[in-house]
Amino acid sequence: MRHSTTRFGAVSLLLLAASMLSGCGKDKTAAAANAGPFASTYAPLPGKTTVIRNAIVLIGDGARLDGGSVLLKDGKVAAIGTEVEVPADAVVIDAKGRFVTPGIIDVHSHLGVYASPGVNATSDGNEAVSPNTAEVWAEHSIWPQDPQFALASAGGVTSMQILPGSANLFGGRGVTVKNVPSRTMQGMKFPGAKHGLKMACGENPKRVYGDKSGPQTRMGNVAGYRAAWIKAKAYKDKLDKSGKGKGDAPDRDLQLETLVGVLSGDIIVHNHCYRADEMAVMIDVAKEFGYRIGTFHHAVESYKVADLLAKEDICSAMWADWWGFKMEAFDGVRENIALVDAAGACAIVHSDSATGTQRLNQEAAKAMTSGNRAGIKIAPEHAIRWVTANAAKSLGIDKVTGTLEVGKDADVVLWSRDPFSVYAHADQVFVDGALVYDRADRTRQPVSDFMLGLFAKDFGGQEVQP
Amino acid sequence: MSARNSIAALAAFVITLVLVAPASAGSSHAIVHATAHTISKGVIQDATIVIKDGRIVAIGKGLKAPVGAEIIDAKGRPVTPGLFDAFGSLGVVEVELEDATVDSGNGDTRFSAAYAVADAINPATPRIAIMRIEGLTRALVAPAADGGEGIRPVIAGQAATIQLGDGDDIVLDPSAALVVYLGESGKALAGGSRAAALLQLREALEDARDYAANRGAYNEGRRREYARGRADLEALQPVLRGELPVIVRVNRASDIRAALKLGREFNLKLVVFGGAEAWMVAADLKRAGVPVIVDVIQNLPGAFESLGSTLTNAARLQQAGVAVTFATEDAGNPRNIKQLAGIAVANGMDYDSALAGLTAVPARIYGMKGFGTLDVGMDADVVVWSGDPLEVTTYADVVFIRGARVKMESRQTKLRDRYQDLGKQPWPPAYRNR
Repeated sequence: MRHSTTRFGAVSLLLLAASMLSGCGKDKTAAAANAGPFASTYAPLPGKTTVIRNAIVLIGDGARLDGGSVLLKDGKVAAIGTEVEVPADAVVIDAKGRFVTPGIIDVHSHLGVYASPGVNATSDGNEAVSPNTAEVWAEHSIWPQDPQFALASAGGVTSMQILPGSANLFGGRGVTVKNVPSRTMQGMKFPGAKHGLKMACGENPKRVYGDKSGPQTRMGNVAGYRAAWIKAKAYKDKLDKSGKGKGDAPDRDLQLETLVGVLSGDIIVHNHCYRADEMAVMIDVAKEFGYRIGTFHHAVESYKVADLLAKEDICSAMWADWWGFKMEAFDGVRENIALVDAAGACAIVHSDSATGTQRLNQEAAKAMTSGNRAGIKIAPEHAIRWVTANAAKSLGIDKVTGTLEVGKDADVVLWSRDPFSVYAHADQVFVDGALVYDRADRTRQPVSDFMLGLFAKDFGGQEVQP
Repeated sequence: MSARNSIAALAAFVITLVLVAPASAGSSHAIVHATAHTISKGVIQDATIVIKDGRIVAIGKGLKAPVGAEIIDAKGRPVTPGLFDAFGSLGVVEVELEDATVDSGNGDTRFSAAYAVADAINPATPRIAIMRIEGLTRALVAPAADGGEGIRPVIAGQAATIQLGDGDDIVLDPSAALVVYLGESGKALAGGSRAAALLQLREALEDARDYAANRGAYNEGRRREYARGRADLEALQPVLRGELPVIVRVNRASDIRAALKLGREFNLKLVVFGGAEAWMVAADLKRAGVPVIVDVIQNLPGAFESLGSTLTNAARLQQAGVAVTFATEDAGNPRNIKQLAGIAVANGMDYDSALAGLTAVPARIYGMKGFGTLDVGMDADVVVWSGDPLEVTTYADVVFIRGARVKMESRQTKLRDRYQDLGKQPWPPAYRNR
């Protein structure tokens, strides 16, 4: 790993230790993303000690701080409160009337794997050749020059999970990145973040493989999951035994390595699953083979089993109002997120969209409003968790980001006004304390290589993206 | 948004006050203490709006409500005309991915301009209630080009306008516009070049013109062969007369210019749909008087024909004097056009123009009389909002469509109510809230 420990401080050391444990412990093949091949080379961009003062701070832990100040120092949140000491070298931003929140985290993104422009050559999100492609890694499809990353940055997105598509029962590994411009995918990888495994329920695998090799039905889907887990269990047993000097290690198998990573707790399951009854089936599949489901994605019907999801401690990643485009989305309701939250389950607003990811704050606002209208009282300081703290929990990065607590990564958004307004803009976006986007400063707005020199003429000096 | 205030102030001078609304009995309604966004005459503070027999019969500051009217106290909140989705598929798309429920496209290549989507519209679709309780009261239902193989018509057919109230007949105008695919979408239909798409359209128009002048000879089989059949040639006549608007799906600046050129040649009443790079040719659009239907959030350089996409498209067009209206083209969520308008304002569009873009502008484009402003004599499509209608934290509180108060209930509210008290009731949800 290229980044120095001094730069990262204590939290990073802990993470390093954790990844070494999972990487060098009982199971070498299911190494955490950070320690295995294609390791993160991410290093924070140069940042200045910064104090944002006089702001309304939605901390992300459910609390709100009026007249609050946040000190960003050495890439971390160094202090937060109404009285914060201002270091002599600090850049001081007066945020009177403006809001500060943790950086927005999108748990369901395909940026880089379905890049813009959306031509055949950039369609790299679905390895739809077999119902089980647990062996593929989304990060190997990511095009870091995708101009959509910069647009997401302007919307306050500081981290995201980039997932393979949902054609397959097992779509492959997802990866969590920091949203910073980089020449390489490795330069974006979130240090210490676990891989995700994309699984898909319901209509999509059926539709893609129904007239090929199958599965053709939902029962075929479930048989497919179980058959794969049986093989993974056997593979893991061999690995465990060989680790104890009993027998030879099995030949490496990329597909089974991913599944073993789940069984060992090193990879988090992100399960595309719309219907409530199918979620219950997937929970039982997980219990049968001894793994945990981290998050149900596109969980349009979570409101029907919110109690079950609370009991099992499974997050739901949901849209504010997408519904009805297919049968398994036909029962969508605007109160889904609020109802899941009210039941004590982990609620997340996700995008699955390169336009939606630019305004997750607005999507959360709509969900909050629908909940309030239905009599579920939700304050903005609570709703902000749907796109920050709860999203961080889903990705297993909640120890280091997702709230503005001292010691955490300085992933911060300064909003022009209440972010739960259609008129709000992200004025400034910080990732690890570095100002990666500034609405008022063109030199702090990243432009991908792709966008350079695209037009033979200029438009009277007008910029395309002013 | 100081423009709003100044217009409100101006309105106070301009509006001729009727001191007492005409007395009327029966099923009349009066919305009192409204901040009325009339669209036509600015904002009236403390307005009373009287609704009777399906129409607005009075509107003015501090009017007394007629005796016997149902009173709705807006408590100072905004009241606007109903919203108008300028390009969608309500009533012809139920579940997008289930072909059996989708009637927007016509796979019979013998017909193009003659194909009228109005005949497929289902007035009982649950989507209508889901949308109207959000303040959407009118919509354009557009045909889609055939998604099949081979060379297909670039003319998708005729779009219809509908109202979202009750009744078996929700179609207002079965032929409100013709929809044509140009640019990348047209090229896919026409055999691989955007020039071929234009050529196909030009040929159809020329044939239709020739046909109109030689109907007798055509019917006797004495005229040259036309590329399109009789039904299409007839359907194109109102287009050639400049009566029927032609919505061109087009994004690249050069494609828009090409469409404008063809429009001048045949005297077409053009409307641009999409128009990702419309801001680059705003002056041309203004000169030609061509409005643009914008999907505001499409700021991705998502195709080579939309590399110039930007969130400021609507604002730049409006500032250049081009009429702008909104559509998501998403079968599920035309209710989100209010958010689109809000995002347009957040990125520089004038507030009042955005509000007009949701109401009066599409009514004008499609020639819909009696809709789009709060004026005496207009259809009573009226919405009381919980706050600024363009905000993401507001909702429609009371909705009237053609004078009838909408029951604020839909399939979605029923599902919500059924699952509010999970686990607290001994019987399964199937037994409640039907």
